[in-house]
Amino acid sequence: MLFLELFAQGLIYGCMYATIAVGLTLVYSLLRILHVAHAGLFALGGYLGLLLTNATGSLILALPLAAAAVGVVGMAIYRFCYEPILHRPPYVALIASIGLFIALEEIFRLIFGPYGLTYAQAPLQETFAMGGMTIRRVEIVIVVGSVLILGILSWLSRHTRLGVAWRATVDDPQMAASFGISVLKVRYLNFFIGSALAAVAGVFISLLSNLVEPTMGGVPSYKALAIIVLGGLGNVTGTLCASLLLGVTEAFGTIYIGNFMDRDAIAFAFMIVVLMVRPQGLFGGR
Amino acid sequence: MGIYEISLATVVGINVILALGLNLITGFCGQISLGHAAFYGIGAYTTALAAQSGVPGLVSLAAAMFAAAAIGVVVGLASLRVRHDFLAITTMGVGFLFLGIVRQEDRWLGGELGISAIPAFGLSKPGYLLFVLLLALLTAMLSGYINRSWMGFAFEAVADDEDTARVVGVDVAAYKLAAFSLGTALAGLAGGLYAYFTRFIVPDDFGFITSISILSMVAVGGIGSTTGVILGAGLLTLMPEFFRFISDYKLLVYGVLLFAVMRFAPEGLAGVGRSWLARWRLGRRAP
Repeated sequence: MLFLELFAQGLIYGCMYATIAVGLTLVYSLLRILHVAHAGLFALGGYLGLLLTNATGSLILALPLAAAAVGVVGMAIYRFCYEPILHRPPYVALIASIGLFIALEEIFRLIFGPYGLTYAQAPLQETFAMGGMTIRRVEIVIVVGSVLILGILSWLSRHTRLGVAWRATVDDPQMAASFGISVLKVRYLNFFIGSALAAVAGVFISLLSNLVEPTMGGVPSYKALAIIVLGGLGNVTGTLCASLLLGVTEAFGTIYIGNFMDRDAIAFAFMIVVLMVRPQGLFGGR
Repeated sequence: MGIYEISLATVVGINVILALGLNLITGFCGQISLGHAAFYGIGAYTTALAAQSGVPGLVSLAAAMFAAAAIGVVVGLASLRVRHDFLAITTMGVGFLFLGIVRQEDRWLGGELGISAIPAFGLSKPGYLLFVLLLALLTAMLSGYINRSWMGFAFEAVADDEDTARVVGVDVAAYKLAAFSLGTALAGLAGGLYAYFTRFIVPDDFGFITSISILSMVAVGGIGSTTGVILGAGLLTLMPEFFRFISDYKLLVYGVLLFAVMRFAPEGLAGVGRSWLARWRLGRRAP
């Protein structure tokens, strides 16, 4: 039974990781930027979702609003922070992004206080029994929600003009531009969708723990990087698989080897081992 | 100088050694490392354990350099396997691995509580400051020497384009390993000096944030420039002290500064200095 419970735990975390990491991998595949500030947008999503839910009393209303708002902030970050330094060596954008992330965390702390906020009345906390486990509604919502959102995105990327344009640009920006695709529009769309996804993940995690705090982006900031590297940097399918794999590995690892490594160390030990065997990531092409 | 200034200057000296070590790896040889604090930590823990078992100061500092460099070579081997962004994230992983293991190991390394009551080095505070500054000076000279030597030339070739370097006969693997072992040995030395300075270390002194701040010193100073990196290390160490009057906004200012330097002057202080110098020369030549 422990086995099943750990597996379920891993799956829930894996879905959360996937929702965060897909945005990151989208940014990477298009611009070759390791976008650490993505985790800042994740935290912003959590804050907005919680504040809007408390103000309106409806999560259904708050979630899309928070996602859209964070998406717009993501576009602004691209326009004002990354676009001017795209031609520089990659570490420039990386360090700029880290600076931005630190600043975002500090802004949350200064505005909302260091101790975090909780829901006035946390939604989806009802529990029920299934297969011998006690499950909260929110856990089901996270798994189903992530699968649904990512499924719809993948469908859209295959069956709409915009999706095809996006995939063409990722493949070969110059060729796409010569076919009349606006690379700039694709980049904005990319940042909008990626950031909105991060916001959704932020709201999910705030529901899971009934808490948003300034440092909530800390763990995803580096763990999402491990995930996209595992997935082969810029490979969306790889990222999804790596997220689930990492979630499950962590869940089992903390039980079986938790005595001499903490959760983060397990995640990174796993990543390093995989990279030594396959330097291009689990699912990366040569 | 009061006791406060002496402590501050000692920390500046330690950070200069630390940042110059990373500059060897990242600046000269072009291998981005986001886990430099791990080697700093390895040095500090080695020194702490050695000092507690009665090993003399200079020997335990040497042990710290050796231990850090030994692990550094292993990570250097990883850099032969993974490249660019993959390497950046791998080194970040090494940092978290180190931290995760140290945190859980409470028999020898003290777990979360760290190691306290590390024996003194045996110099007075001003004497220790001079010792640290002397080592920092030696490190700076070494760094300048390497940059002008054949090795520095080969590093530059590897940093520019390692495939081309390999084609023209540069032994890329050997030079990468050399850069990693030298840079991490310096981090180990800095860690040892830090352990003797505070005489109390905890795992969080060597976390991801520390790695980032070392990289920031290099980047703000000007990646690859010895003078720039020394200035960067000094500036970023002293900056929190300048901003004490706005203590609550200290980190915010730090983040914004990091972002602003990369956004507006990506070549750091050294780049700004060079362009001022060039403009000044141009101004003098003009009628």
